[in-house]
Amino acid sequence: MLSRLVLRAAPAALRALPPPVAVGVLHTTRPLHTTQQSLAPVPPLPEKGGEVRHGLIPEEFFQFMYPKTGVTGPYMLGTGLLLYILSKEIYVINHETAAAACILTVIIYGIKKFGANVAAFADKLNEEKVATALAMKNEAMQALQTAIEEEKKEQWRVEGRSYLFDAKRNNIAMLLEANYRERLMMVYSEVKKRLDYQVAMQNLKRQKEQDYMIQWVEKNVVQSITPQQQKESIAKCIMDLKALSKSAHAAV
Amino acid sequence: GPLGERPLLEVRLGELHTWISTCSCSPQGLLGAAHRAWSSYCAKYIHVKQGGTAGISMLLAGYCLLSYGWNYQHFKRHRWRKYH
Repeated sequence: MLSRLVLRAAPAALRALPPPVAVGVLHTTRPLHTTQQSLAPVPPLPEKGGEVRHGLIPEEFFQFMYPKTGVTGPYMLGTGLLLYILSKEIYVINHETAAAACILTVIIYGIKKFGANVAAFADKLNEEKVATALAMKNEAMQALQTAIEEEKKEQWRVEGRSYLFDAKRNNIAMLLEANYRERLMMVYSEVKKRLDYQVAMQNLKRQKEQDYMIQWVEKNVVQSITPQQQKESIAKCIMDLKALSKSAHAAV
Repeated sequence: GPLGERPLLEVRLGELHTWISTCSCSPQGLLGAAHRAWSSYCAKYIHVKQGGTAGISMLLAGYCLLSYGWNYQHFKRHRWRKYH
């Protein structure tokens, strides 16, 4: 996805320039989305270019001449043309001809020797590019897939919300109940304390009254015992004792 | 199809004259034709997965021929023979 954006940016800038020069060239300057159906997926590039014979002449020329002149037709044409332009000196042999011959020899030797290696290298670069793009795409798809699964799981979790709220409601109800009972207990204990206080007050009062009355009675009784009565009671006690001792003597 | 809309390669030699007369000679027409020719060349030889030397070597050969043609008056002076 992102590589396609990069590829879009490049051709807009490079469209004015001629195509890049390389063996096994990379398709970075192909103008994308030039037609109306720009939203369709970009079709893949063709595998091989048009057939060319001897590196210069397209195959279509040979096919064009084949029905009339057979296989050797274009070669005879080429030879005849070459001799004609040489003999009429339409092409003049000069120092540049020698230079061109040397340069062409070197170029052809280089291509024949290193062509395959360079092509393989460029192919490898291309492969890596495509592989990274594909990996990105796969990664993106994988990420989206996991996102979908996560979403489904979340949706499943939402169904369990009712249980959660029920538990919470139960918790709150229990708290309220506990609070209520606590307060009930407090009220009971307070009332009991008040009543106990009243009871204690009454008991205390009665006890005090009793004590006081006993004390008062004792005091009055002690007061009422005159000295005369005291003497009489003491004499009576002595007589009783004597009598008792006498009876005890007698018993012995 | 009709003669005017066929591409050049499918026109027979005898109909070439009529075909040339049907194509538009306005600047836009010529520019469009040049653009179409260039993009068809690119699509065939350059924008492929495994292009070879053919793509640019044909361009270079065409360039060599063109520049020889432009400098022909200069080369004419270096001829070897006087009479042809």
